Amino acid sequence: MTEDQSMKEPIQTDAAIIGAGPAGLFSVFELGLNDIKCHIVDILDKPGGQCAELYPEKPIYDIPAVPVCTGSELTQRLMEQIKPFNPVFHFGQMVQSLTKLDDGRWRLVTDEGTILDARLVIIAAGGGSFMPKRPPIKGIEDFEGSSVFYAVRKKETFRDKTIVIAGGGDSALDWALNLQPIAKRVTLVHRRDEFRAAPGSVGKMRALVAEGKMDLKIGNFSALAGEAGQVSQVTIVDADKNALDIPCDAILAFYGLTMKLGPVADFGIALKDNLIPVNTADFETSVPTIFAIGDINTYPGKMKLILSGFHEAALMAKKAFTYIHPDRRYRFQYTTSSSDLQGKLHVEKGTV
Amino acid sequence: MKVYVTDREGKEHELEATEDWTLMEIIREGGLPILAQCGGSCACATCHVYIDPAWKAKLPEPSEEEVGMLDGAFEVTEDSRLSCQIPFTKDLDGLKVTLAPGSV
Repeated sequence: MTEDQSMKEPIQTDAAIIGAGPAGLFSVFELGLNDIKCHIVDILDKPGGQCAELYPEKPIYDIPAVPVCTGSELTQRLMEQIKPFNPVFHFGQMVQSLTKLDDGRWRLVTDEGTILDARLVIIAAGGGSFMPKRPPIKGIEDFEGSSVFYAVRKKETFRDKTIVIAGGGDSALDWALNLQPIAKRVTLVHRRDEFRAAPGSVGKMRALVAEGKMDLKIGNFSALAGEAGQVSQVTIVDADKNALDIPCDAILAFYGLTMKLGPVADFGIALKDNLIPVNTADFETSVPTIFAIGDINTYPGKMKLILSGFHEAALMAKKAFTYIHPDRRYRFQYTTSSSDLQGKLHVEKGTV
Repeated sequence: MKVYVTDREGKEHELEATEDWTLMEIIREGGLPILAQCGGSCACATCHVYIDPAWKAKLPEPSEEEVGMLDGAFEVTEDSRLSCQIPFTKDLDGLKVTLAPGSV
């Protein structure tokens, strides 16, 4: 079910869901009960949204009937719950454009070139797309993608380069260790002489520094110099405000991720304070057949709780049914008693 | 009780403080834009503030988790704190803080 295909041919689906957090995942369940097939796109490489990225190990106490679970456990349980509906995930991708086709369907194109043609679009994008935190250095955007990077796509890019790697977590330490053998020189920059990364990696890094094979500098990024997209040096400032210039030709910055609304703002849907207004009967946006549920929507009385997203998914799915199956009469049923719904869930009648 | 918050443009705002609320909640409910993306669970570092040095001694020491989370913030100084980790008490009436880069 996690078949991740980056096809250039348009993929046909009933519903395209943007965001694989709790609201997006539970949509698959509610839509599935209504015989609506889904594809889900998420910029992260895993399901769960904020539950996976921000607080996988932290407890959540307000999921109805689940006294406590972690963000990671909630995600796992939702994945198990939606398994009967075989959703197709497109991870590590961001929907970049949404355009209307002549037949009234929507075409979604991701930054990886995946094309989804869908009758319905469910925006369950939470606080927006998780993107790397960009150091607040003037002009840094002019170097991004050419000599300033927030991820390593190809190790070879860094062969024989003089690299500054910033950060104190696993990403920074892992890449410092991984690139050290092929780089001309690696300098690790961190704000303090303590690291959250795995102790084993920290030990290896300290050994390389002791042997003179890697540099470690303590301080904050304050400026960078270079031209035409090519960085030539970075300046760091330590706690005593002493500045140090480090010559380099590539920078890798690992400060974690932050949420930004991103291309959703350009989809032609009405926005209010970077949120999507919806009506509370069916959570449709200003544009018919486009819905918004979970943290990204707004309406009078809205509370940004996971349970609100679940409720919104159920009402959204009821309206979605009328679009996908206009010839059928909507039948309100309970999973406890309906053999029809139990069939869709692949459970034996009345069993637990 | 009051708290004085200087925004990224350098303008100071007087906000009404409520005991036992976190500083992040007071800033957010006071109407200033503060990202606080994780909602106060010490998981994102987007509620980073600088505490006026005159007030630092009145604050409880940061937890190891908070110090670790500050690694994901920018321009961290010895005055840096995550405002979601500071419960407001009577002693803090008049506290002065400044929003840090990456918090708005």
